[in-house]
Amino acid sequence: MTDSKYFTTTKKGEIFELKAELNSDKKEKKKEAVKKVIASMTVGKDVSALFPDVVNCMQTDNLELKKLVYLYLMNYAKSQPDMAIMAVNTFVKDCEDPNPLIRALAVRTMGCIRVDKITEYLCEPLRKCLKDEDPYVRKTAAVCVAKLHDINAQLVEDQGFLDTLKDLISDSNPMVVANAVAALSEIAESHPNSNLLDLNPQTINKLLTALNECTEWGQIFILDCLANYTPRDDRESQSICERVTPRLSHANSAVVLSAVKVLMKFMEMLPKDLDYYGTLLKKLAPPLVTLLSAEPELQYVALRNINLIVQRRPEILKHEMKVFFVKYNDPIYVKLEKLDIMIRLASQANIAQVLAELKEYATEVDVDFVRKAVRAIGRCAIKVEQSAERCVSTLLDLIQTKVNYVVQEAIVVIKDIFRKYPNKYESVIATLCENLDSLDEPEARAAMIWIVGEYAERIDNADELLESFLEGFHDESTQVQLQLLTAIVKLFLKKPTETQELVQQVLSLATQDSDNPDLRDRGYIYWRLLSTDPVAAKEVVLAEKPLISEETDLIEPTLLEELICHIGTLASVYHKPPSAFVEGSRGVQHKRLPGSAGSGESVESPDTGSAAGASDAPPAVIPSQGDLLGDLLNLDLTPPATTGPPPPATSGLQLGAMDLLGGGLDSLMGDESEPPPIPLRTDTPQSPQVLHQSPSPPDYSPTELGGDLGGSSAMGAGFGAPPPAAAAAPFSAPVSGGLDDLFDLGGGVGMPMGAYSPPKTVWLPAMKGKGLEISGTFARRAGVIQMEMTLTNKAMSVMTDFAIQFNRNSFGLAPAGPLQVLTPLSPNQSIEVALPLSTVGPVMKMDPLNNLQVAVKNNIDVFYFSCQYPISMLFVEDGKMERQVFLATWKDIPNDSEAQFQIADCRLSSDAASNKLQGSNIFTIAKRTVDGQDMLYQSTKLSNGIWVLAELRVQTGNPNFTVCLKCRAPEVAQCVFQSYEAVLKN
Amino acid sequence: MTVIIIKKNGSGSDKVQAAWCWAWDQVLICRNYKGDVDMAEIDHFMPLLMQHEEDGLLSPVMSHGNVHFMWIKHSNLYLVATTNKNSNASLVYSFLYKIVEVFTEYFKELEEESIQDNFVVVYELLDELMDFGFPQTTESKILQEYITQEGAKLEVTKTKVPTTVTNAVSWRSEGIKYKKNEVFIDVIESINVLVNANGSVMSSDIVGSIKLKTMLSGMPELRLGLNDRVLFALTGRDKGKTVVMEDVKFHQCVRLSRFESDRTISFIPPDGESELMSYRINTHVKPLIWIESVIEKFSHSRVEIMVKAKGQFKKQSVANNVEVRVPVPSDADSPKFKTSTGSAKYVPEKNLVVWTIKSFPGGKEFLMRAHFGLPSVENDEAEGKPPITVKFEIPYFTVSGIQVRYMKIIEKSGYQALPWVRYITQSGDYQLRTNV
Repeated sequence: MTDSKYFTTTKKGEIFELKAELNSDKKEKKKEAVKKVIASMTVGKDVSALFPDVVNCMQTDNLELKKLVYLYLMNYAKSQPDMAIMAVNTFVKDCEDPNPLIRALAVRTMGCIRVDKITEYLCEPLRKCLKDEDPYVRKTAAVCVAKLHDINAQLVEDQGFLDTLKDLISDSNPMVVANAVAALSEIAESHPNSNLLDLNPQTINKLLTALNECTEWGQIFILDCLANYTPRDDRESQSICERVTPRLSHANSAVVLSAVKVLMKFMEMLPKDLDYYGTLLKKLAPPLVTLLSAEPELQYVALRNINLIVQRRPEILKHEMKVFFVKYNDPIYVKLEKLDIMIRLASQANIAQVLAELKEYATEVDVDFVRKAVRAIGRCAIKVEQSAERCVSTLLDLIQTKVNYVVQEAIVVIKDIFRKYPNKYESVIATLCENLDSLDEPEARAAMIWIVGEYAERIDNADELLESFLEGFHDESTQVQLQLLTAIVKLFLKKPTETQELVQQVLSLATQDSDNPDLRDRGYIYWRLLSTDPVAAKEVVLAEKPLISEETDLIEPTLLEELICHIGTLASVYHKPPSAFVEGSRGVQHKRLPGSAGSGESVESPDTGSAAGASDAPPAVIPSQGDLLGDLLNLDLTPPATTGPPPPATSGLQLGAMDLLGGGLDSLMGDESEPPPIPLRTDTPQSPQVLHQSPSPPDYSPTELGGDLGGSSAMGAGFGAPPPAAAAAPFSAPVSGGLDDLFDLGGGVGMPMGAYSPPKTVWLPAMKGKGLEISGTFARRAGVIQMEMTLTNKAMSVMTDFAIQFNRNSFGLAPAGPLQVLTPLSPNQSIEVALPLSTVGPVMKMDPLNNLQVAVKNNIDVFYFSCQYPISMLFVEDGKMERQVFLATWKDIPNDSEAQFQIADCRLSSDAASNKLQGSNIFTIAKRTVDGQDMLYQSTKLSNGIWVLAELRVQTGNPNFTVCLKCRAPEVAQCVFQSYEAVLKN
Repeated sequence: MTVIIIKKNGSGSDKVQAAWCWAWDQVLICRNYKGDVDMAEIDHFMPLLMQHEEDGLLSPVMSHGNVHFMWIKHSNLYLVATTNKNSNASLVYSFLYKIVEVFTEYFKELEEESIQDNFVVVYELLDELMDFGFPQTTESKILQEYITQEGAKLEVTKTKVPTTVTNAVSWRSEGIKYKKNEVFIDVIESINVLVNANGSVMSSDIVGSIKLKTMLSGMPELRLGLNDRVLFALTGRDKGKTVVMEDVKFHQCVRLSRFESDRTISFIPPDGESELMSYRINTHVKPLIWIESVIEKFSHSRVEIMVKAKGQFKKQSVANNVEVRVPVPSDADSPKFKTSTGSAKYVPEKNLVVWTIKSFPGGKEFLMRAHFGLPSVENDEAEGKPPITVKFEIPYFTVSGIQVRYMKIIEKSGYQALPWVRYITQSGDYQLRTNV
């Protein structure tokens, strides 16, 4: 007989049956019924309706039954707070039971019932249990204080439970001590500034004694608590360390890591010249290495922590390189972490071995791992100068493999090697150039372009190479565009005579044809530099580059210190401070390592003391690609913050004096060339139009402007014209003006057209569906939402037994019936299915909001895919709001939940637009015309009752529409806008 | 913190189709210890896992919003812990593995059926194992004294908390009785070796483990003596061979501070089977079974494999159940073998040739040749370079030379007890990289 039978009763009227059984006189029947209830609860059925009946079974002398009832209570008490009170008496009685097991059970369960009214009754029993003669009850009561504190902190303080809890630290039983420590630490976490734990040498001594006697988990609580203590001096620090080190031999990895945390922290206070300091360092290595034979998940945690430890105290593991060699069957997350640590430990002594390993890894098949291995070779070259040559030749070998991603990765790191060791390895450039065509990743292309620009004078056909990239300039990613711009300017400064055309080409591409402000700004800067002072340009663009440091991606020292204090925790795994991922921990003080005492080595921890002491700048690191470009020029090219007004230098639109390359380039190139006519926007800092920045520069061609650029004040005025009406006119003005008469206009809404349904797209490619391809779309037909799918069998065998399920989603979409695929689907056959959907399914907010996760099952397997439905499917037919209601609602919704969008290039009249939208249940309530601009006021209602109000502005002759959306649930705005766009454009 | 066990039903293949629990997968059991994480959050777990797998970024920690999932996998079950705090991650994983251990000892197998068949006990155990996110009693032997599968038989008045639960000796109950008092000690050493394709040993170490099967009455005090060099140096003896243990890990019964101060291994043992200690020795070990391989791949036509295995251990010893596993391309076909001893078998589902030698005396050398055909149309999917792996067991022998010098057993009733010692050396992670 097993319990599984309880899961099988799923008849209708089950609740009634259970109710009857629960009230049965027979004990056995009662118990069976409670088991059935718990079984239903386990599989997620709502059995809260049985609350009073289950609670009635509470008074029993059968322990198993009691436990089950308690379990039920913990689950449902919150939903039935009033009835939960019924249970109080039994709890109170059970807390006095002669059997300690019952007393503990009662106090444990009571603490888990998060109902305010119950907690009041909990106080007295809890107080007794904290002083119970049985340690099992005391240790349970200790935890209960933390539970109660979580529900009602004030109550715990008022009742003096915190003091009782503190007393338990001196309890004779080690498990009680451990739980008291755990509870206090938990409570202290939410009171960062209270001196709750009040650690002093006496309590520390008690804790250290309990450490030897309690369970492995208790040891972890105590060690984690010890880690928060700051010893008074180096002698106390040493004596604590001495008593903690035996824990390094514990079989439980978590005990070991918590001990390592305490030691790493207290070690800071030991003078480095102390013998014991050296001994301790030696003791740390073996246990850290042994952690690598634990289960893979624990290995991962250990490796993430070792990564921190190696940065803080490289000497501990410097001889242990070999244990980080990657094994074939390591999980990928272990492999990647090991690789990271290998690089950190690489030194002249072991570099040969490391390189041999890395080369081995670079021929593996796992792409991410291989890439990282190739990168690691480059990092070794930068870190260990003596090995640079060997690294470069290893990289060249790898390039010869012609494996696309290996080549690209190699080129990216070779760029860094060039930067670190300028003028040393240029001989390899020829080999690199051979692979130019195979580079398809932006980072690799950018690196290659950087190399060409940097060594332009030694590459005969540098201009041809760069020109070849220029053809598809606009298709390149920004980093490639920026790099290309810089490289060509470098080339021009190095070989001015042959490359003039090229530089003009790139400057005009960057400044006139590009929408990217970074690119444009950089283009202008170069342009101005070149035109005003070519010599300065040379100094700036070809400036000596700052050295890149050997240690790469080190964690910033203050963060590292904080993370060392969190060894073993999630923070140490993420390498992020807890405040970055734990809600409500903002105000919590950041943990710091203690300052070293005794020895005068303040350099040891530069940031521990006062802020003034924080002098050491974090070491320079290899900048990521984005920063690199800025660094190369030694200029701060950071784009202005988007919120503030743009700086005048980049926003002035007036044309001013234009003697651009006239003087400037002449001096660079001599007299042979005539000044090329290129337009330039110059600064007009006081320009009144400073704040009006057009999204893209006007389309002037250089030749048109060539002649009279001089004082074109008329032009300037032209640019300064008032902003087009389409741009953000505040809504409040028209509303206050004439909303009333506006609503009299309404009326003329044409016949609705069919609702918009997007074309079918492939949701599940046959590759992923073991031959089953699913494409589909959503439609709303006669008020019913349908998911219309085409199932195609591209496999060799017949498919049958189709079924479908949805994950919970934002609007509760769920299949309204089964998937109707009645006949088996033969190979190469397609079938069209329309699945009606309801909107009453379970709800969970998705990201994006209109995302739907679908599982389709057939005789072969279960397949999963996500698709996005147009939110217009959910617009219901009765979505036309009363005018007065509209007006009131519009005013009522605060302006900050208004969202504004542009729909570009929509060539419809306002009436046509209104008609189209009505087809999709977006109803025009009113229309108003102001200065040739039609404003349509519209409403729509989602299936879950959310109203969306809209103002659509259509300017005659302007294909760009503006939509303002107001809704009490502003997060739907984006989706609604997408629907507007989709409906209007189709 | 919440602990949830999910069953994966979606698909047989591990890689792409990590199933989503809301579909045909199922939350088998769940215990929300703190109420700080919404139960519905678990619905994000499987999609998240699947996405990570697809992106090749599989990680034992994943987060969704401010909820963090820490998970382990046990056959087709996922054990997931959720938290929204900066929890002690190593504690969480240790605890999840402990759950697996306890459930396995209770139900033999941890699987869907055993959870459903015993859900009442499972709930009871989950309650006893952890309280408010703090692990409590996790010794299954002790738990079995007050939480049993025959729950019906236990009436409230009879069930008591074993004092063991909160005792300093939380792993052994009082009042154990045996007619014949005996201890069996197994010293097992596993050899881990990583050999490069050019035949040089990249890394090698020994992981040793001392396992006990204790059948002793009462509360015996035990002391184990090993030929530990540090101990010998401390006590001034230096007769005979000694062993340097790089790192030692002990069962919680061993008094760690005592060991730290005078290297004495003293303890009150748990009853029945347990691992008393494990140690790691970093000395350079000669690979006990040396493999030389020549694997030649002629694209579109064939693969030829020649493997030579040599026993590099004492002539008197014999390695048993030796298995040399040689990887072959996944599209290989029509295998042909020739062996000087033992038998070779092709295991296509693992892309391996397994060469088995029942008994392999020290100093001997054996040869295996294999021939496979390759299709003319080549598999364009790149394949990894799996290493050759070797399995073996050599009884009555430890590589490190570690010896049990004595096992003293003192119990207040003064009985005589017999310790029995067995030594065995076996392969651990034993990998030899190949060129192909």
